[in-house]
Amino acid sequence: MAKTLFDKVWDAHVVTTVKNGPQVLYIDKHLIHEVTSPQAFTELKNRNLPLFRPKQIIATADHNTPTKNQHLPIKDVLSRNQLTQLTTNCNQNNIELYGLGHQNNGIVHVIAPELGITQPGMTIVCGDSHTSTHGAFGSIAFGIGTSQVAQVFASQCVLAEKPKTMQILVNGKLQKGVLPKDVILYIIAKLGTNIGTGYFVEYAGNVFENMSMEGRMTVCNMSIEMGARGGLIAPDKITYDYVAGRKFAPKGKDLEEKIACWESLKTDEKAKFDAEYSFNAKDISPMITFGTNPGMGIKISETIPKNKDTSFKNSLKYMNFKEGQSLLNTPINYVFIGSCTNSRIEDFRVVANFIKGKQKAKNVTALLVPGSQMVVKQLKEEGLDIIFENAGFELRQPGCSACLAMNDDKIPSGEYCVSTSNRNFEGRQGPGSKTLLASPLIAASVAVAGKIVDISKNS
Amino acid sequence: MEKFTKLISTATPLPIENIDTDQIIPARFLKATSKNGFGENLFRDWRFDQNNIPKENFILNNSNYSGKILLAGTNFGCGSSREHAAWAIADYGFKVVISSFFADIFKGNALNNGILPIQISEKFLQILLKTTLSNPNSLILIDLKEQIVLLKETGQFEKFEIDSYKKHCLLNGFDDIDYLTSIKNEIEEFEKTRLVS
Repeated sequence: MAKTLFDKVWDAHVVTTVKNGPQVLYIDKHLIHEVTSPQAFTELKNRNLPLFRPKQIIATADHNTPTKNQHLPIKDVLSRNQLTQLTTNCNQNNIELYGLGHQNNGIVHVIAPELGITQPGMTIVCGDSHTSTHGAFGSIAFGIGTSQVAQVFASQCVLAEKPKTMQILVNGKLQKGVLPKDVILYIIAKLGTNIGTGYFVEYAGNVFENMSMEGRMTVCNMSIEMGARGGLIAPDKITYDYVAGRKFAPKGKDLEEKIACWESLKTDEKAKFDAEYSFNAKDISPMITFGTNPGMGIKISETIPKNKDTSFKNSLKYMNFKEGQSLLNTPINYVFIGSCTNSRIEDFRVVANFIKGKQKAKNVTALLVPGSQMVVKQLKEEGLDIIFENAGFELRQPGCSACLAMNDDKIPSGEYCVSTSNRNFEGRQGPGSKTLLASPLIAASVAVAGKIVDISKNS
Repeated sequence: MEKFTKLISTATPLPIENIDTDQIIPARFLKATSKNGFGENLFRDWRFDQNNIPKENFILNNSNYSGKILLAGTNFGCGSSREHAAWAIADYGFKVVISSFFADIFKGNALNNGILPIQISEKFLQILLKTTLSNPNSLILIDLKEQIVLLKETGQFEKFEIDSYKKHCLLNGFDDIDYLTSIKNEIEEFEKTRLVS
């Protein structure tokens, strides 16, 4: 029977099916971090259960970490405790930990691909909804709750209903200045924030085929923002070239054999999806959000639409915007470039390329937060740090930073922040903060102009 | 896990759509390493102002409304995978959340903590919201075995769907770890086949 890419990977990992119930799905890699793992370790301890496959677990500290002075003890007692707990738990259970300051440390969804841990055809879980990122490699990757983290600790499996499949096709040529972030913000604006609930999305078409791995990760990362547990893209030469040579990637003959297997990870021609959507690349423009969910996005040159819905009106009230209003020229005092969506080397190249020779606007506080120590190393090797410094930007140390306001990096109440992250929920970046999601290019242009500008018009 | 069979209770109506897990429990409260105590920060920024004074117009601060059932607008629990959202709801004292649509991860997290997420039609949800808003003493009956939500006042009811495995778990107080560790041998056999292929 003809199968989709998703079906192929899923079916290869089913251990058994519970009668009239869910399937038992085997997990190849389990990524953990400090926030959603402590209660899972306690759960196992309370049940007197050992960890089943500790070698298949990789740990990092990212959510609750400062992005300044990481060599000093963390000031916040609760944050420090949580990180100490992670170290203790990993030591006691022989889990590889890339803690604060380690050369492999960084945001979980940035480091696993960089280290070659993420590979095509795998099943990957993490107690974080943006685990969907790893689907960019043609793997099934999804976020789980802490109870499920404990289940994977105990059995290397999760119990799950097989999701339905959705294909999103984007063909054609992207306009100049349109980045992968714009593509996914456009898709979510068109389809809404819950269309993907119960589905895994396969992104297909030449737009994704021509995209770099970094771009594919940005797209798959935000699958959850349309409700989908995960998104995936068929692996190809771009994927193999990215994986080859990385620390934990197969090498030599092993790699050749693996690639031969990965070649089969494609949706069969006659395979059927449960839902299909198609878009034309030429319709996509640089995007920005104006509301309090990622589906409330418009082209940067458009005006805010009219809508009678109460939730929509409340959202605009929170954001202090009005129907029919253009966002252009709105003064912006905060810019955040980072998060598991847009903190990879390619994102910093885009930013550096734009701001080279320009200066940060005086009113703007900009947080430039690389996704990992490896990104930091690479951007320094490329001299991007000098460009940032000359333009008046401060480069921070890696972490989730102002994406979720659980560490020191927060946006003050009442302030707008143009952010390359993934969520614009009320207070997401700090109580009372107002987030506008956009690409790294838009964020860089705002940091220089001090207000929202349409660079396609100005440059 | 605690068993769940039947429940009769008043409900707290929260007619807001797309309630995300950042509203249910903001990230700055995720620093704890145990599951307890999250209830006091449930809907923190809707419940309290910046000086930690309860906001009068938020329904959880209205003493007329109470009970073990939370009624919420469509797409409840979207956003982050934080199970702290389910822990906060449980710790506050809710046993059931009723909405016309739930986000996937939240739904699973709720079930894993003995909270029953009940999906009903938008029409019936609006009836329940309207009735409880105008009469906070309205009682709602939940019968898991029969898969029924019933509004006592009018006798209106609706059947709801639940995965039969999850239903069995809730009725008997079993959880997924109990099941998965019971099939350890099967998992080990599966691992061997993967090494060969």
